[in-house]
Amino acid sequence: MTAPVSDRQNKAARLTLGLLLLAGALVVIALLSLTTGARPIPPESVWQAITAYDASSTDHRIIWDLRLPRTIVGLLVGAALGLSGAVLQGATRNPLADPSILGINAGAALAVVLGVALFGMTQLSTYVWLAFIGAGLAMLIVYSVASLGREGATPIKLALAGAAITAVLQSVVSAILLTSPRTLDEVRFWQVGSLAGRSIDIVLQVSPFLVVGVLLALATARMLDGLSMGDDVARALGQRIRLSRGLAGLAAVVLAGGATAAAGPIAFVGLTVPHVARAITGPGYRWILPYSMLMAPILLLGSDILGRVISPPGEVQVGIVTAFVGAPFFIALVRRRKLAAL
Amino acid sequence: MSANHQLLAAGLDLGYGERQIVSALDLTLPAGQLTVIVGANACGKSTLLRGLARLLTPTRGAVYLDGKPIHQMPTREVATILGVLPQSPIAPDAITVTDLVGRGRYPHQGWFRRWTPEDDAAVAQALQSTDTLELADRPVDELSGGQRQRVWIAMALAQETDLLLLDEPTTFLDINHQVEVLDLLTDLVKTSGRTVVVVLHDLNLACRYADHIVAMKAGTIVTEGRPVEVITEQIVKDVFGMTSRIVVDPVSDTPMIVPIGRHHVEKLPA
Amino acid sequence: MTTALDITRVVQTRTRSADRRRNVTLALLVALLLVFALALYLGDYPVPVEGVIRSLLSPFTGLTDRGVDFIVLQVRLPRAILAVLSGASFALAGIIFQTLLRNPLASPDIIGIAHGASASAVFCIIILGWSGTAVSFGAFGGAVITALAIYLLAWRNGVTAYRVVLIGIGMAAMLAAVISYLFTRARLTEVQQAMAWLVGSLNASRPGDSIVLGGALLVLIPAMIALLRGLDAMELGDDTARSLGAKVEFTRLGLMLVAVGFAAFATAAVGPVGFVAFVSGPLARTMLNGAGRGFPQAALVGALVMLASDLIAQHLLPNTQLPVGVVTGAFGALFLLWLLMASGRSGRVN
Repeated sequence: MTAPVSDRQNKAARLTLGLLLLAGALVVIALLSLTTGARPIPPESVWQAITAYDASSTDHRIIWDLRLPRTIVGLLVGAALGLSGAVLQGATRNPLADPSILGINAGAALAVVLGVALFGMTQLSTYVWLAFIGAGLAMLIVYSVASLGREGATPIKLALAGAAITAVLQSVVSAILLTSPRTLDEVRFWQVGSLAGRSIDIVLQVSPFLVVGVLLALATARMLDGLSMGDDVARALGQRIRLSRGLAGLAAVVLAGGATAAAGPIAFVGLTVPHVARAITGPGYRWILPYSMLMAPILLLGSDILGRVISPPGEVQVGIVTAFVGAPFFIALVRRRKLAAL
Repeated sequence: MSANHQLLAAGLDLGYGERQIVSALDLTLPAGQLTVIVGANACGKSTLLRGLARLLTPTRGAVYLDGKPIHQMPTREVATILGVLPQSPIAPDAITVTDLVGRGRYPHQGWFRRWTPEDDAAVAQALQSTDTLELADRPVDELSGGQRQRVWIAMALAQETDLLLLDEPTTFLDINHQVEVLDLLTDLVKTSGRTVVVVLHDLNLACRYADHIVAMKAGTIVTEGRPVEVITEQIVKDVFGMTSRIVVDPVSDTPMIVPIGRHHVEKLPA
Repeated sequence: MTTALDITRVVQTRTRSADRRRNVTLALLVALLLVFALALYLGDYPVPVEGVIRSLLSPFTGLTDRGVDFIVLQVRLPRAILAVLSGASFALAGIIFQTLLRNPLASPDIIGIAHGASASAVFCIIILGWSGTAVSFGAFGGAVITALAIYLLAWRNGVTAYRVVLIGIGMAAMLAAVISYLFTRARLTEVQQAMAWLVGSLNASRPGDSIVLGGALLVLIPAMIALLRGLDAMELGDDTARSLGAKVEFTRLGLMLVAVGFAAFATAAVGPVGFVAFVSGPLARTMLNGAGRGFPQAALVGALVMLASDLIAQHLLPNTQLPVGVVTGAFGALFLLWLLMASGRSGRVN
């Protein structure tokens, strides 16, 4: 009788250690993000820039105006995307769930396109609110449509509804972009997903939502464990299915909407990171969520750093790097049969 | 149509990837008899059946049909001699019972030979034998588990093969239908001389119906032969890990296994 | 013992299915002909039925009317034919994938092949500066290479539907990133050109398009029919199929190649018009209601959807031509909504 208990304790200890290691890796990557770029800056200067800011030093200005916001946005957006994906996969019992599949990215994109086309918006800080609203509305529509009928929003119906709404929204986006070259010109840079040029305002605007989203998401961990056993079993154990899914959906939207608002649509992070997390932690969401939350920013910032160095003096945007890093990794996972059916 | 076809396995190793399930197995299936394979879960009985049915390629050894290695024979030719009902067949959406049973005629048809009266007769016979004729028009996905199982058996019957292999065909069936199916298989053996091989999980039904019983454990055959000769309390203990008493079935005169658990053991001697 | 009555019952069920198939096919053909006639009639200069017939027959009768003939024979007829051929082609690609992968969502639009064609075409337009037919070649090549890559990556002692779908989605995301990247690296005019190609268009009045596509269909359709028999067995699961004597891997690979061929040629001709592939199979099967697999009917549905969408795209708004992809997108979305509501009542999602 004692053996299982100590097994569990061992596992908890191991996983906690893992989490600490990940946090350490995150700090290292953040530091790397501050020092790397077209103009390499030594770590001592970074430290000085933070502790003894000197406005006349170019290095210090680069740190404060460009790299620090960029790194912070990367951390926040990464964590948000990773968590959002994990929560969605758990709530929909669908290993392919990703904010982009459920219409969130398409909704954000349409809102931004409309803003630019109809109201001539050009400032990123105004995009933020639009993207947020668009993401929220799209998810609401997807969820409502998927809930039609007796069984509520089952995994398959969610995927179908997501595909339908995404398609409609993308068609409208295409139509608008075709008729308004100015909008096309503005939007094609935003649509790629990038951490560059994000000022501290963005961070301040988006972070309250992201914090709320993170707390909400972490709170749904137990509910997700219940949902993963199937609706019938969950109900038998006394769980309220609609409430669980609703909360999880809300958390996912707040997180993904905020992330897309800040950085533009970034695919794949929400899709692949939870699978890697699950491969390490096993099926409990109490661990999958924090692991996803720490691994995703490592991936995102890592991709951002890579994008900065592979084609000097220019940059490759992070949305592209994550796709090129994420996709082969994902394909390798699929080949090795590491993706469980959830 | 008496069974002139011989199916046997020699030195058979079967597995999935690195996992080896069946090792160095020799088995000759007696022609014109009903053979039942029994064993605990995960002992390899389904794997063995799949290997015999050429659904799984052996890593070593071979399965011989009429003396020829089955994997070297054209699969279409094998399909006219050997019919298989695997464990989880998939029915396409909205397919009707008649259509599904009709698919069993696939090996007999070809490019230029499509639906003939013989095909219709075979389908009708198969439906009638499995008592599913009144379901002929219904979509398969609207049937109950038991009805669906009988329709699948009808499909295998429509194939009209000399050898018939069935993997746990009695799951989901009520006891009366279980007995009906086994009676039907016995008919096939007695009246048309076919060779039938069935994997069953119910040991008592196996003992009653089998002409030849094969008991497996951990990928090897523990014993085989007529149930009355080979099924002993020791064998049951070996194969299933269960203590039991063996009495004579009052209806069929075959061995009947009475399990001994922790409760309800009033009549045991001290 | 089976009686003659039993056999009759079996035969009746079989013929009832065949009858229903025939009726649905006929209904679809009639609908298609009507819409086709509409396509020849509608426009800035509506051409009455007699005019259309006269123009159609003019090569044989010699009775020509320059103006009307030009509109009917050089503008509307090629466009309508292209719509029918490409619609049918997309539809067949879709229903083959959906049947093989046992999933109504698994259409080439979604599992990466359309993205391969698009990425390749955008690359040709933006990096290589190509246009016109050259881009079509590029698109075709892109579709084929992507399909091959997906198949090879999904192959591990055989191919499973699960792996194909997932790897396809992975490739789709990667290729979408390629397109986004190219969009940021190009001049605005090039991006506009690429976008125009991406939404799909039947504007191309190059008769060459229809001829190539028609030729491809002449080869691909018989190939598909040859492989369909194997599908009878494969629909029952790989094990049952093998036990019935079907050559499972061969049939699966063959059908996938044919489906890729349909998708690639159609995309090369009209661009990646979405949703026709997705919608046609399920619509056809719903109409048949279990009376068959629906392949010929799906082709007709696809032709109908493409033709009708093009008409709507051309004539819905005064003075503006919508891209056909936008209308098919709307069709697709409406269809999905209907599916959801219908499944809501029956509790089944097919």
